[in-house]
Amino acid sequence: MLFQQIAQNKRKTIYVLIGFILFVSLIGAAIGYFYGTWLGGLIVAVVIALVYTLIMVSQSTNVVMTMNHAREVTDANEAPELFHVVEDMALVARVPMPKVYIIDDPSPNAFATGNDPQHSAVAATSGLLEMMNREELEGVIGHEISHVRNYDIRISTIALALTSTISILVNFGMRGLWWGGGNRNRKEGSSAIDLIFMVLSILSIILAPIVATIIQLALSRNREYLADASSVELTRNPHGLISALQKLDSSQPMKNVDSASAALYISDPKKKKRTSHLFDTHPATADRIERLEKM
Amino acid sequence: MITWIIIIVVIALIAIIYMTQFNGLVKMRTYVEESWSQIDVQLKRRNDLIPNLINTTKGYAKYEQETLARVVGLRNQMTEIPAGDRQKTMEVSNQLSGSLKSLFAVAENYPDLKANTQFTQLMEELSNTENKIAYSRQLYNSSVANLNMKIQSFPSNIVAGIHHFKQSDYLQVPEEEKETPKVNFDDDFKGFDK
Repeated sequence: MLFQQIAQNKRKTIYVLIGFILFVSLIGAAIGYFYGTWLGGLIVAVVIALVYTLIMVSQSTNVVMTMNHAREVTDANEAPELFHVVEDMALVARVPMPKVYIIDDPSPNAFATGNDPQHSAVAATSGLLEMMNREELEGVIGHEISHVRNYDIRISTIALALTSTISILVNFGMRGLWWGGGNRNRKEGSSAIDLIFMVLSILSIILAPIVATIIQLALSRNREYLADASSVELTRNPHGLISALQKLDSSQPMKNVDSASAALYISDPKKKKRTSHLFDTHPATADRIERLEKM
Repeated sequence: MITWIIIIVVIALIAIIYMTQFNGLVKMRTYVEESWSQIDVQLKRRNDLIPNLINTTKGYAKYEQETLARVVGLRNQMTEIPAGDRQKTMEVSNQLSGSLKSLFAVAENYPDLKANTQFTQLMEELSNTENKIAYSRQLYNSSVANLNMKIQSFPSNIVAGIHHFKQSDYLQVPEEEKETPKVNFDDDFKGFDK
């Protein structure tokens, strides 16, 4: 059951990433169409996506930790329980010891970031350390270390970069639409196919940001289930994580959380309640607990 | 000419498969040894911590001499086990974990001791080593499972036979830990909700 779920989630993540890259190319082509060359637009879009992703990936730990007001803990005595639990989980997951950060916030939460297991970091709020006993803390940190081991941290950084790329491209495209682009040398009274292309391009430019967000969020929801499953594989104790999730769910929202990194946290830091689940960054806690109980 | 090419390609393929299987076996054997050395480090660390623990608790727990003596006895027994005997080492280690647990449970009756910062620090240190022992044993057993599977399955079993790779034994997990896996001294004091 555990391994099936992991394999299934990994497959899904790959499909979504491929979809995302195709999507960036499509948007690039649509915008390029208005500037007279769809191929040029496609190439420019892919190049922008690659450069942006590379920059994000190489700087992720510093950028993300600063955005979330986290301070690094280098001495184990400063937060012995957290430090030792991170050590335990890194040991059993066979990954190098990540850097440990603390965020001063009474709301319990945690996240992991970095490029690969050799350059990773785990952050926990002071509220998490207050509220959780060791078993629960192990469940939460196991979840974060699983994000590290499964390379989720890299995928989420890439997804973030691609979403940003799309918003850059769309800005560019909107300008093209507004001014009619440089494509004035096209023959007047051209075919119906041209018209269809035009409408499709406009539509995709307008819808792109929404679709990008939905894809990014779906990706993050899947990864949460996978990390829950892997955490139990590490601790061999589903009860700790179940009880931690219950506590996380019933707690207060975080004070000042960076909205771009909201998807990184183990539990939605904003505690938004929406009627539609399409825009949720996290799966419903009840669903997560149900899956854990089945294992 | 073509026959020769086919023969060379087949030989090259077999050589590549042989090499990857051999390297895989070596890697898994290294994992097993590596996780044992992790257990060993923690066992030594615990042995170093116990004299401090005895010194700290001695003044308080006058009535618990029996428990203290049992901990000291098992600790000394640990140092006498020959280095290669993993099963015996873990057997005594499990007993020591058990008596440490009862020592901490007894400390519940001594509020002064619980207030002692040195004692609480030692308690965190010791539950840290206990957890690390449990986790590295878990890692050891899963590494052994992978190694044994590799030694038995085709085609790596042929390579393993030629190079005399031996299956390893699992380390015994104490009965009570199969239910709730990890030792948690802190919780005796913290309670479930703080």
